[in-house]
Amino acid sequence: MSNIPETGRTRRVTIRLVVLQVLVLSLLATLGGRLWYLQIRNGKEFTEKAQGNHIREVVEPAVRGEILDASGRILAGNETKLVVSVSRTALLQQKDHGKAVLTRLADVLGVPADDVKNKVRLCDAKTPQPCWNGSPYQPIPVTQQATTQQAMQIMERREDFPGVTAQPTALRRYTNAEGASAAQILGYLSPVTDDEVTKSADKAGRERRLPSDQIGRAGLESVYDDDLRGTTGVDRLEVDNLGRVIGSAGNTPAQSGNNLVTSIDARVQKVVEDQLVQAMADARTQYDKETHRNYIADSGAAVVMDVHTGRIVAMASAPTYDPNLWVGGISAKDYQALNSDESNHPLINRAIQGQSAPGSTFKVISTTAAVQAGYDLNGRYPCPKSLTIGGREFKNFESEQFGDITLEKALEVSCDTVFYGLAYDQWMKDGGLKPKKDAQDWFFKTAHEFGLGAKTGVDLPGEVAGRVPDRQWKQSYYDAMKNSWCEQAAKGGHEYADEIARENCADGNQMRAGDMVNFAIGQGDTLVTPLQMARIYSALANGGTLYRPTIGKAVVSPDGTLVRDIAPHEDGKIPAQGKLLEYIDQATAGVVTSGTAAWKFVGSNWPQGKIELHAKTGTAEVAGKQTTSWLTTYSNDYAVVMTISQGGTGSGGSGDSVRRIYQALYGVDDKGAIDNSKALLPKPQAELPKFNPDGTAIVPTTFSYEPGATFLDPAPPAQADQVASVLLAAVEPTRGGGYGRGRA
Amino acid sequence: MTPYDSYRNFRLSPRRSSLGRALAKDSPLRRLDWIMILAALALSLVGSLLVWSATRGRDSLTHGDPQYFLYRHLTNLMIGLGLCAAVILLGTRRLRTAVPFIYLAVILLLFAVLSPLGSTINGAHSWIQFGGGFSIQPAEFAKLAIVLGMAVVLSSRVDAGEREFPPTRSVLQSLAVAGFPMAVVMLMPDLGSVMVMVVTMLGVLMASGAANRWVIGLLAGGTAGALAIWKLGILSQYQIDRFAAFANPALDPAGVGYNTAQARIAIGSGGLTGMGLFHGTQTIGQFVPEQQTDFVFSVAGEELGFAGGLLMLGLLGVILWRACRIARQATDLYGTILAAGAVTWFAFQAFENIGMNLGIMPVAGIPLPFVSYGGSSMFAVWIAIGLLQSVRSQRPIGI
Repeated sequence: MSNIPETGRTRRVTIRLVVLQVLVLSLLATLGGRLWYLQIRNGKEFTEKAQGNHIREVVEPAVRGEILDASGRILAGNETKLVVSVSRTALLQQKDHGKAVLTRLADVLGVPADDVKNKVRLCDAKTPQPCWNGSPYQPIPVTQQATTQQAMQIMERREDFPGVTAQPTALRRYTNAEGASAAQILGYLSPVTDDEVTKSADKAGRERRLPSDQIGRAGLESVYDDDLRGTTGVDRLEVDNLGRVIGSAGNTPAQSGNNLVTSIDARVQKVVEDQLVQAMADARTQYDKETHRNYIADSGAAVVMDVHTGRIVAMASAPTYDPNLWVGGISAKDYQALNSDESNHPLINRAIQGQSAPGSTFKVISTTAAVQAGYDLNGRYPCPKSLTIGGREFKNFESEQFGDITLEKALEVSCDTVFYGLAYDQWMKDGGLKPKKDAQDWFFKTAHEFGLGAKTGVDLPGEVAGRVPDRQWKQSYYDAMKNSWCEQAAKGGHEYADEIARENCADGNQMRAGDMVNFAIGQGDTLVTPLQMARIYSALANGGTLYRPTIGKAVVSPDGTLVRDIAPHEDGKIPAQGKLLEYIDQATAGVVTSGTAAWKFVGSNWPQGKIELHAKTGTAEVAGKQTTSWLTTYSNDYAVVMTISQGGTGSGGSGDSVRRIYQALYGVDDKGAIDNSKALLPKPQAELPKFNPDGTAIVPTTFSYEPGATFLDPAPPAQADQVASVLLAAVEPTRGGGYGRGRA
Repeated sequence: MTPYDSYRNFRLSPRRSSLGRALAKDSPLRRLDWIMILAALALSLVGSLLVWSATRGRDSLTHGDPQYFLYRHLTNLMIGLGLCAAVILLGTRRLRTAVPFIYLAVILLLFAVLSPLGSTINGAHSWIQFGGGFSIQPAEFAKLAIVLGMAVVLSSRVDAGEREFPPTRSVLQSLAVAGFPMAVVMLMPDLGSVMVMVVTMLGVLMASGAANRWVIGLLAGGTAGALAIWKLGILSQYQIDRFAAFANPALDPAGVGYNTAQARIAIGSGGLTGMGLFHGTQTIGQFVPEQQTDFVFSVAGEELGFAGGLLMLGLLGVILWRACRIARQATDLYGTILAAGAVTWFAFQAFENIGMNLGIMPVAGIPLPFVSYGGSSMFAVWIAIGLLQSVRSQRPIGI
């Protein structure tokens, strides 16, 4: 008690104070260590998190590249529309969360207020359409069809419309340049699906799909999507915890997509589209003796190909549709209509997706096969009115007979029995029903060598390969069908189909004589597409080279400089070369002068002496339907192929139309007079179009083909599209706005 | 008259000017611990900048005046400095006699909070609001009252020379003195403040030299109590999740978890030197709730970086180190206990506050001394600084 020190502290207190001090220091050290751990050691991770926290991306869609024809006419362009959009972030800053603004907006647009409100609400599991399923920071389009007056009302009373903008925005527009729709060639766009957005979420830059993106789904839009799409711009906005924008963290401007120059000539395309429709209309006026009614002509296709490059100058498919239905989202009703039997599926591009037996147009291949098999080119072969093979009688068309004739004559008059005989002879040599191991199969082999049974590789999606019904196919088809055939056979019916089933069940995998001879005249199970035939006839015209068909010619940047040339590509040679080729050339010219198509060409004033055409007609039989007509032709520059399902004979169905296509190409009037200045395209367009400094193509002033016109009446010049720039005069247009530009 | 009357006009030392007097060796000003005062002042001023940065964009709080909280914080600091000076001028001895009255006044204030006079902010019924936007949080003063009250009770027998250490009776009395306001604060409920009070009480008890059994017993009792609350299911799962969310924000993603995750992002993204005052994206974007009060350290972490954070820890360290020195040099146990109490209080409150910002302590609504916005806290800590200074003034010159 006595030694209480002056300082009032005992030893115990001193020790405890030291302990306290150490504890305090260790607490501070702990904080310092933790601070180092968070800020120095893991600082980067948190910096990234902070970025993700306060940066929101708003995308600015890139203007999609245009699709141009060979002269630079815009086939698919962009149209500037006044799009009224609403920014949710701005609305939420309003006291009533923008209710009043939306009501005023609906008033200006003349629509019910609920329509507008529904469009800007965010989609979730409980919200039915319409709703916005993009980013909440993205301005939400309310209408794409605002008038200038509405836009003015909104922009002049900005204080009444916070967060509402009326901006000219580029929308896809399929222009019908020169009246050509080219619907199936161009294809269409549709918005990305959620699935695609999710799948590409971890990709960077252009590969990343954003919810506002449109993707080419068909035609050139799909194949050249990467070129046309451009790079979406991104505005990086700094936002606060409530999503209010408080600043900008930089932006990447949108980059317009590249333009695609195609080999299509819009004027020729227009002629081909019209003539296909005309041919079908003509066919419907003709009486079919087999079915005792007029031809139905339900669908058709036509292709014009540059024989020296494989480039496609025109390609038409009927029935067709308006690709602008897809712009801004197709309605469910329209979509159903486009995919119904009633409309006969106009989305199908029948030039590459439609297939049928080629009929007699196949005989150029049979002739080549015969020569390859060793038959004398100059020999004579019997052409009786019918041949009995394997117990069945195979007749000529309308039971004609010509005695012993050359192969040339056989081609010209389309004598089936000559080819029956040759095919049967070959079939026997290959062992007949008991085929040799090393069967030559010249006919099948040759068909393959002409590129049949395989895709041509054209730059369009969804092409089909057709079919060469060779032994391999026969076996695989039998394997697939055997069970159902045998089931039907076991029922013991006596209908024709039952008989066939019984026969097929027993030995359907056998290559029978009937199959073989049918194949030789392009009937039976053979399937080809119009494009395959155009390619083959191009090869006949160009000396035997099979080109890969192309529509894209070059990719050009928005300012007009060349990005990528799409060069013609040789896929190989057809086995018909030299003498044989000359021979076929003569024979097919004979078809025009004195053969099956003569009445539609030379007989219709075609100046064959000045512009030599070659043709082969075909009439393919289709079980249960009227015959499919084929007309395959070529000049020194072009191959023109037209086919019409249930359209009758090749010359009767398409003869006039195909001739008119040539008339338009070469400037020939109905009396046979040639005027080069009236020719749409006497030679395929080799050069790429020239471009103005602003990237628009310099399009030559042109005229269009008037069927039936004689050159005494001057054809009126084509009307340049006077596109409604009036509507947009008040607001600044975007690049490429107004698809009529560059036309003056 | 005494024989010395004739010397009335003589002085033993030369006449000095008032400035000279102020600077003289025996001057009261010279007896102050200026290092501590300057450190506390610096910390308060840094705090005013951080509070400013955290609030200048929060229009809903500032009524459109970006400097609103800056001015208020500086005003609070001024008042705090005034209170500090008043305490120094009063001196420990006179204050010691006033302790019972101070203690009673604080208890009355605490009860006033529980009465209809009090108001609820952020779920705790801890405030008394006056007109004009002024309000006080009596729990802050309760910490002072506990330190003062315990110091008086524990030191009386020892400083009187009757005992070497506080006797059991004094210890029990002091526990009662501390326990009463704690119980009231617990009712508010302001568990964060109670936590600080419990730790402060432990520090006081330890510094008083009370027998080991008390210190250890209290620690053990506290631990057992906490375990019991945990195990007996007195707290709901939600409360437990809230408590544990500091370690795993996913447990309470919309509440405490969000807060701690955002604070951690802010601090973590500061790096070595920070984004610069007023340039923190988390702060500008107002991602961290309560950033001017409980989470003010996240502003420092984001905008001033590791360097700024360490500077603040350093300033705190200086204050605590000087306070520890005062505790060791105090002339009586009363002074020692006061100083040690203030050290424990400051240290634990700062550790808890910064710790929850850094995600190593559970989130509790208590301010960072000197830095956080809040009048009551500012006044209380500056009064404590005044107490420390007056304890220091007691010691003989030359030590």
